[in-house]
Amino acid sequence: MHEISLCQSLIDKVQQIAVTHGALSVGLVTLRIGPLSGVDPLLMQHAYPFAAAGSLAAESKLLIELSPLRVRCEGCCSETEVEPSFLICSVCGSHHTELVSGDEMTLMSVELVTRGEVGHV
Amino acid sequence: MCDTCGCNITPGNLRFAYKPLNGTTAVAVLKNLLARNDDQATHNRYHFDQHRILTINLMSSPGSGKTALLEATIDALHHEYRIGVIEGDLDTENDAMRIRAKGVPAHQIITGSACHLDAHMVHDALHQFPLSGLDILFIENVGNLVCPASFDLGQHRNVVLLSVTEGDDKPSKYPVIFRAADLVLFTKSDLLPVLDDFSPERAEENLRNLASSAPVIQLSARHALGLQPWLDWLRGQLVIQRSQVDQGESIRPRIQHDGAHFPEVSI
Ligand SMILES: Nc1nc2c(ncn2[C@@H]2O[C@H](COP(=O)(O)OP(=O)(O)O)[C@@H](O)[C@H]2O)c(=O)[nH]1
Ligand SMILES: [Mg+2]
Ligand SMILES: [Zn+2]
Ligand SMILES: [Zn+2]
Ligand SMILES: [Zn+2]
Repeated sequence: MHEISLCQSLIDKVQQIAVTHGALSVGLVTLRIGPLSGVDPLLMQHAYPFAAAGSLAAESKLLIELSPLRVRCEGCCSETEVEPSFLICSVCGSHHTELVSGDEMTLMSVELVTRGEVGHV
Repeated sequence: MCDTCGCNITPGNLRFAYKPLNGTTAVAVLKNLLARNDDQATHNRYHFDQHRILTINLMSSPGSGKTALLEATIDALHHEYRIGVIEGDLDTENDAMRIRAKGVPAHQIITGSACHLDAHMVHDALHQFPLSGLDILFIENVGNLVCPASFDLGQHRNVVLLSVTEGDDKPSKYPVIFRAADLVLFTKSDLLPVLDDFSPERAEENLRNLASSAPVIQLSARHALGLQPWLDWLRGQLVIQRSQVDQGESIRPRIQHDGAHFPEVSI
């Protein structure tokens, strides 16, 4: 959906982190995206170089991990992995579940290049 | 969908998107735009609550019958409540004119090429629109089953329309938006007899598979069929909202999108 602007705000955050740590540039940026986040990983990947241009992350790579979609059952308390169109408990079949993970987009880590060495944040 | 429209840059949030630096142009300083949108949505909700208004966000595909539903709803309720409409559906005054023809104030948001409304656009509209005296404010979102779900406008309830001409598998295909619904309407039910491929039972089952307990109402705005449960739902929500507001609280849609999450990272 809004991958171009999401990428811009991501790069802004990354840049801020890089500047705070006095980095020369950014190596790898790792992002975790859930299936119900409304964010398309492929579009994110396409938009990234354009958003990164001119920043300390200009030469960086974006790694996207897909986070699992998990629900917790209010009936039997099991926590199970489910499909986006099927969010019911896979143990007892109850429709009363709560999403544990899968609707988020999280910046996991930023690799910073400082004086030719690679540091991990 | 939005990859073709560059959608997030809307007239309402343009000021956050670009800030010229020392005269140079187009330096992106966009900071967690979704978080800003949420702040704005909270502010919008404050406006609504101050005026004891119930605000309903209508979302659906293009042509599912949002405007037709508003027309039928106004016909049924205009003696009972003061209604206002913010139109974001099309980049013309058409929908707003249809509403104004019913004697109800309507503000058309010009969305340009954007395919959703955001809280800034709604806020700009609020300050050009008299809220005092209104009981119910409807926001007709842009016809789109993808992005509107991710933008909190400050509404109290989300209503998602699914017309029977669209196919009963839509909830499975668009889980993000159907999960966000506080109420789902199966519209154009007058056409059910001639459509053998839409099963309301199957559509509801697909919705339940999203762990949604949102009520489902089947109706036809065109033929004023099944409107009563919808009108009763509205009356009920207004009562709940008013009693909450009187206690200094407010009602919120059942599911709020988490949005982008960029935690502070420390070494
Ligand atoms: N048969 C039938 N057609 C309807 C009904 N509601 C809307 N329509 C038609 O569907 C088309 C789109 O309706 P509209 O209200 O403009 O949809 P919107 O884009 O969601 O606002 C129009 O041609 C309407 O006349 C209904 O209850 N029954
Ligand atoms: Mg319309
Ligand atoms: Zn269970
Ligand atoms: Zn959009
Ligand atoms: Zn304001």
